[in-house]
Amino acid sequence: MQRKVKLTCQNVWKLYGAHADGLLKGDTQPNDADLQRTNTIGAVRDASLEIGEGEIYVIMGLSGSGKSTLVRCLSRLIEPTAGKITFDGEDLLAMSPKQLIDLRRTKIGMVFQHFALLPHLTVLQNVSFPLDIQGVDRVTRETRAMEMITTVGLEGRENYFPNQLSGGQQQRVGIARSLVGDPEIWFLDEPFSALDPLIRREMQDEFLRLQSLLKKTIVFITHDFDEAIRLADRIAVMKDGRIEQIATPEQLILHPASDYVAEFTQHIAREKVLSLRSIATPDMTAGEFAGDLSGSLKVAEAADVIEGANAPFRVLDEDGTPIGQVTSEIVIDVLIGRTHR
Amino acid sequence: MNALTRFFRAPWTFWIALLLITWALSTWSFPLYKALDARWIIRFPAQLQVPLDVWLTAFFKWLQNDADLFLFTFRDLTRFLSSLIEWPYDQVRALMADGFESGQGSNAVEIAPPLSWIAVIFILIALGRYARDWWLAALVGGCFVYLAVFGQWDSAMVTLSSVIIAVPIGVALGLGIGILTYRSLWFDRLIRPLLDLMQTVPVFAYLVPVLVLFGFGPVAALIATLIYATPPMVRIASLALKSVPTEVVEAGRIVGCTERQMMWRVLVPSAMPTLMVGVNQVIMLTLNMVIIASMIGAGGLGFDVLSALRRLDIGGGIEAGVAIVVMAIALDRLSQAFVRRPPSAILPADLGTLRRHPWLVTTLVVVVVTYLLGLFLPAVQSYPAALTLTTGTFWSDAMEWININYFDTFEAVKSFFLTVLLLPVKRFFSGIPWAWGIIAMGLAAWRVGGWRLGLMAALMTTFIAASGFWAKAMITIYLCGVSVLIAYAIGVPLGIWAGQNTRVNSVVGAIMDTLQTLPSFVYLIPVVMLFRVGDFSAMIAIVLYALAPAVRYAAHGIRSIDPQMIEAGLVSGCTPRQLLWRVKLPLAAPSLLLGLNQTIMLALSMLVITALVGTRDLGQEVYIALTKADTGHGIVAGLCVAFIAIIADRILTALSKSSKQRVEAA
Repeated sequence: MQRKVKLTCQNVWKLYGAHADGLLKGDTQPNDADLQRTNTIGAVRDASLEIGEGEIYVIMGLSGSGKSTLVRCLSRLIEPTAGKITFDGEDLLAMSPKQLIDLRRTKIGMVFQHFALLPHLTVLQNVSFPLDIQGVDRVTRETRAMEMITTVGLEGRENYFPNQLSGGQQQRVGIARSLVGDPEIWFLDEPFSALDPLIRREMQDEFLRLQSLLKKTIVFITHDFDEAIRLADRIAVMKDGRIEQIATPEQLILHPASDYVAEFTQHIAREKVLSLRSIATPDMTAGEFAGDLSGSLKVAEAADVIEGANAPFRVLDEDGTPIGQVTSEIVIDVLIGRTHR
Repeated sequence: MNALTRFFRAPWTFWIALLLITWALSTWSFPLYKALDARWIIRFPAQLQVPLDVWLTAFFKWLQNDADLFLFTFRDLTRFLSSLIEWPYDQVRALMADGFESGQGSNAVEIAPPLSWIAVIFILIALGRYARDWWLAALVGGCFVYLAVFGQWDSAMVTLSSVIIAVPIGVALGLGIGILTYRSLWFDRLIRPLLDLMQTVPVFAYLVPVLVLFGFGPVAALIATLIYATPPMVRIASLALKSVPTEVVEAGRIVGCTERQMMWRVLVPSAMPTLMVGVNQVIMLTLNMVIIASMIGAGGLGFDVLSALRRLDIGGGIEAGVAIVVMAIALDRLSQAFVRRPPSAILPADLGTLRRHPWLVTTLVVVVVTYLLGLFLPAVQSYPAALTLTTGTFWSDAMEWININYFDTFEAVKSFFLTVLLLPVKRFFSGIPWAWGIIAMGLAAWRVGGWRLGLMAALMTTFIAASGFWAKAMITIYLCGVSVLIAYAIGVPLGIWAGQNTRVNSVVGAIMDTLQTLPSFVYLIPVVMLFRVGDFSAMIAIVLYALAPAVRYAAHGIRSIDPQMIEAGLVSGCTPRQLLWRVKLPLAAPSLLLGLNQTIMLALSMLVITALVGTRDLGQEVYIALTKADTGHGIVAGLCVAFIAIIADRILTALSKSSKQRVEAA
């Protein structure tokens, strides 16, 4: 399924240091030695990605990998040192401050790791703040804000102050605020990292529920590989400012591009990520099949059935064409993470 | 041989050597000058002296008389500035204290009286209730009832008027400059050393130019107060804005705030709690200035204290002094409550004005009713004079009684300290030849903070010598040094005790809070009464004033030690004494050094004020310049004090930094 491209970045660099600009003059690209020699920190190095409309695009990396810097370059909270960023085909970096303010007011929403709520405003005032500074009248903006507060499940608390709410509730306010202007693209910078594990899981479910309603284009930053796998349509794995690999969760697990990526995938519950489509072997040698299974089923969902039969199952595409077979041996291989026999 | 090299390599050898050489030169400088017939050893050569003070005086004369800024003269500018402050001040003072009048001088006819004392007290009680609770309301109300009952009302209202004018202007100026430092890095760099200087130059030093430029009167006093009270607000505002979390700033930008919306809708409100600390500071500094400012024309309580001090009217001085303290405590607690006040609950708009703002409405009603009643009933208008109490005679009698019965005891204590401590130290410092002083200061600073610091210290010391204030500066250092030593010797053990014991901490903390709320001048009154004028009285006043930071920082240092470190010490089998000396004190060292730094700063600022009780140091020079309105002399002497403060500050900051690194590296 080909999506319309919403946001792209090409060869984006962000360097910190006294000689940052000089290093990227012309077409030369600095390497590690150049950076070290000039005492420059390469927060983002030569990053290129394309984010499609309606996609959940997760940028995953450990702390210091440059993921937060990259997302701030994408929203131009930080000026990239070099590179090109387009939003709906328009050059984001060429925009005047006024255009940028307009763009942010109408098309961009962002959620922050530590919520970034304004302490002197109530929940209602915080959520309606983006509309307030646009000069929307009080009745309209508060009606709209109340809708959002209801959507995130905080009705009844609209007159609370942020410090009277738990972390999870505060982040719900942050989410409501970021969505109140009905943005086209939604940036979430480690939105659930500051929350307890149980609350985090609940918020992830909440996030998926919201996205099924809203269908926004989403750039989601996380350091948690499980979270990335759980939420993403596509994942970009970053390391030391560079993008190591861009792939769907399944591809990432089946074909990690480097040892670094493989490290992460090792401890993932593969059966919950991989679908039959991606593990089926194309040779349909078996004479008879125990039955047909849909390719979109996850291994975990089909494991009991496959194990219980003595013959392989045929795996079918969405339109019913057979694409291969699965046997209980293959399922076991997946479960124990064995790659060759 | 080995032992000898080890001796020379030991870190303290340098300091011992420096001290010994200084001591030797100090003791034998006079014989040396006689033997060599080299007068330059003890006196800075007159032909090399820089007549900076003469130039400055001439410059200010020129500013005042001839300076033309193309469109208007400098005099026009100062007149414009003072009219800007004068008008609102006159209105507030009329409202609070004097009543509104029409006409000039003796022809003046009163059109309307000032606010009733009942109304003022009610407003303060309402503020106290609004800011926190009934306890605070009772405290604040009680303080102001005291002012009325003890007959200090009129003076107190004059003082309150200058607070009401000075605080908003100081806060607005401070916030404005703070915002500029936030927006522009180079402005920040430009203003920072200026702030350092402003906070170390003694107040008296800029009283002189203010007096020359703005003339004697309440406006000049307000301007001097603003110069004194604004710098800390600038610092706090700058810090508050910079410490708004990055994410909050980004949140503001991502929702599309313009620059102005960013500042006033996001940054300033988010920084509000810290900014309120600044407001509290401005209030306290304004009150601190009340007495000093009365030297150049502020009336009110400050003037009462000053004139009582000059008349040696014990009772009157104490009464007015206590009134300032009472007012300071009330305003301090009130503004602190506003700092900690949680945002108020939002009430639905359909309740009506009365229900939504019960306090505002009631207060307005009380103000109007008492105002109208006051027109007919004098007792409502102003507190009936027949009902005032006075403690003046009580204090005078008490002092007299103490002086009659304990005169010998006080004399003995005084002469003991003078002979054992004060005089030897004074002789030591006064004997140091100026040339060696410069070298020694440079060496010490170099040893602690590198060659840059050494050079700076040497240059500043040279400035002091070259401006002809060497002898006075040495007396300043001696008096400051002895006082700091004593304050530190009392304060640190007290702080350590408080740091380890919560009950002691709450008692000591309360005492220190009160000491810090007292305007510095107030310390002088009882001290002079008991010990009369002289170095010893000055020392006691300085010790009392500078005690608080020594205690506070020591207690803070002990309390903020990582509990794991103490547990590690206990598990290793430390006795309580070992725990204190081997674990807690080394870990608290950076904090102790910071405390020393603050103690020195407060001691220096108090030192200048003690000029009033007859010290012979730089403070006295500034004070003399003030009485003669000799601008240049006052500024140069003030700069000398500032340079001493800056050298001490930089050296101790460097020490504290290196000891902090040591502690953290461990």
